[in-house]
Amino acid sequence: MNTEEHTVLVDFPSEVPTAAEERALYGLMAEFEEHEQLVEAAKRAHAAGYREMDAFSPFPVEGLAEALGHEGSSVPLFTLLGGMAGGLGGYFMEWYSMARLYPFNVGGRPHNSWPNFIPVTFELTVLIASLSAFVSMLILNRLPQPHHPVFNVPEFRRASIDRFFLCIETEDPQFNQAATWRFLERLKPVRISEVWDE
Amino acid sequence: METIQGSEPQLRVPGKDYPITPLGYPAEMIGPRESYDRVSNQITAEPLHHPHQKAWLAGFTIAFAMLMMFGVAVGYLLFNGPGIWGINIPVAWGFAITNFVWWIGIGHAGTFISAILLLLMQKWRTTINRFTEAMTLFAVMCAGMFPLLHLGRPWIFYFIVPYPDTMALWPQFRSPLVWDLFAVSTYFTVSLIFWYIGVVPDLATVRDKARSKWKRILYGLGALGWRGSARHWMHHQSAYLLLAGLATPLVLSVHSVVSLDFAVAQLPGWHSTIFPPYFVAGAIYSGFAMVLNLIIPIRRIYGFQNLITTRTLNNMACVTLVTGWMVAYGYIMEAFMAWYSGDPFDRYMMRDRAFGPYGWVFWILMSLNVIIPQLLWSRWIRTHDIALWLVALSVNFGMWVERFVIVVQSLHRDFLPSSWAMFVPTAWDWATLLGSVGLFLTLQFLFIRYIPMISISESRELIAQRKEGRL
Repeated sequence: MNTEEHTVLVDFPSEVPTAAEERALYGLMAEFEEHEQLVEAAKRAHAAGYREMDAFSPFPVEGLAEALGHEGSSVPLFTLLGGMAGGLGGYFMEWYSMARLYPFNVGGRPHNSWPNFIPVTFELTVLIASLSAFVSMLILNRLPQPHHPVFNVPEFRRASIDRFFLCIETEDPQFNQAATWRFLERLKPVRISEVWDE
Repeated sequence: METIQGSEPQLRVPGKDYPITPLGYPAEMIGPRESYDRVSNQITAEPLHHPHQKAWLAGFTIAFAMLMMFGVAVGYLLFNGPGIWGINIPVAWGFAITNFVWWIGIGHAGTFISAILLLLMQKWRTTINRFTEAMTLFAVMCAGMFPLLHLGRPWIFYFIVPYPDTMALWPQFRSPLVWDLFAVSTYFTVSLIFWYIGVVPDLATVRDKARSKWKRILYGLGALGWRGSARHWMHHQSAYLLLAGLATPLVLSVHSVVSLDFAVAQLPGWHSTIFPPYFVAGAIYSGFAMVLNLIIPIRRIYGFQNLITTRTLNNMACVTLVTGWMVAYGYIMEAFMAWYSGDPFDRYMMRDRAFGPYGWVFWILMSLNVIIPQLLWSRWIRTHDIALWLVALSVNFGMWVERFVIVVQSLHRDFLPSSWAMFVPTAWDWATLLGSVGLFLTLQFLFIRYIPMISISESRELIAQRKEGRL
């Protein structure tokens, strides 16, 4: 049998994606010149019922996270837990090594001489609390994350320099390309861009 | 009436190149024409385009040559042991611990400026905090080398770290030397985290401004994919503020613990309850002086007068003056307590300090650390680049001399005259000290060349606050 014939007969599904599959719309992004405009835009978008959205600014803008409906950060909770683990763990290490594993009489002090154990307990509290703050900040922000669809918009590089952006994502149940575009236009941005996920 | 910092009326007077407040102090927090784009360009220019190449290269060459000398000094030390230094019994600590205490003190300004002044909402700190935090890291690195080098067998330094070893030994947790290990390593780690969290958004700015592919990739790696989203900033600001809160007691604890290395010992001149606050004040004093010494030339060469304003220099000079008086109070109290205790050994120590064989060092210390800094009462000195730089230099030398007096003079004559001895530093002592300055400056030069040395995002916040009329 001729192998060429065989390949022609079998109909494999195409492994090359079509253009539409390759480039999915991630959202629509409006660009603003001032941070007050961005806060106002975020408030209006939240009031209009949009939830799956994010705002971008070159410096922390007060009230922006609240305007988007974020509840507040849980970094403090993880820091507290880390600090408690560090303090208790540190004291336990000192007590267990000095009073149990290696009891040693120094000038008649008790094996569990707690005032002498305070400095290391304090340092470990601060150390583990700080590491928890750092790591929980990274995890909650999903960093490091080298790629994100918003980086595909050429103007977005100014988000780390001098411009402010609001991006409404297609994930949002209310998202409708034409209606959302018109909604963003009413916020009077400098520019609206389509964000494509490639 | 409550006035918001920086919102005072600004007056222009002839003869001054900066606006002043009605009370006559420099008023400007940030230059009048700054915009988000301008500060971004100005600060990222150094990592991206390397202006002032010649000045940088000249400084770096000198610093690097000193670092090479440090390599030789440490290599020779590892080969021969600490006997190459002038140390003896009783003065076993010599230069190594003097340098350790001096460097770690310098490291205190960074965290003081970035954490305590942040919590106190001192906005003038904004443009210098990045730089001083980096200085802290480098100073703590220099400091950390000395106890290790002083061990004699630095390669087994890990014996002081608690870990379940095959010898079933544990470090003595009642000893200040073990506290020191925890204090210094925690301080370094927390300062590094604090500094890095602050630098991430600025690395993103450099990434987005970079033209070359390699710079985009390298700064992009450092920026971790930061995109300035509201969620990012929310968690970032929360973590940053918490770290400031955690670093605040840490700043005060590190030099306190270092001082306990001395105060817990029974030696006259060391065994004193004033040591922890006195050391912390001295640390902030020398740290601010070092910041002034570094920032004044950098401001001049790179033209950062619009960001690091005369107001910042003036305020730093004021902090230097205040902490200088705390240190002077420490000196007075040391002398008073020596007399008031009635203890003959303490009284002898104080007399020996001022009039003994090392008396001339003590009087140099008094002039450098107490008398010359009084020039800072003059507003002209506080706002004049070169004069302020010279006063700060005096404080830096003075604080080193203070550490020398505390370590060497106290040790050289203790209770028994039969165990008295003089300490004379050898060439290797000096080479190690100067070499550590080389290490510090080399790292500092690399930092100003490759990392944005002023916080760009915080400078933008100042500009935004001015737009809102809050500055």
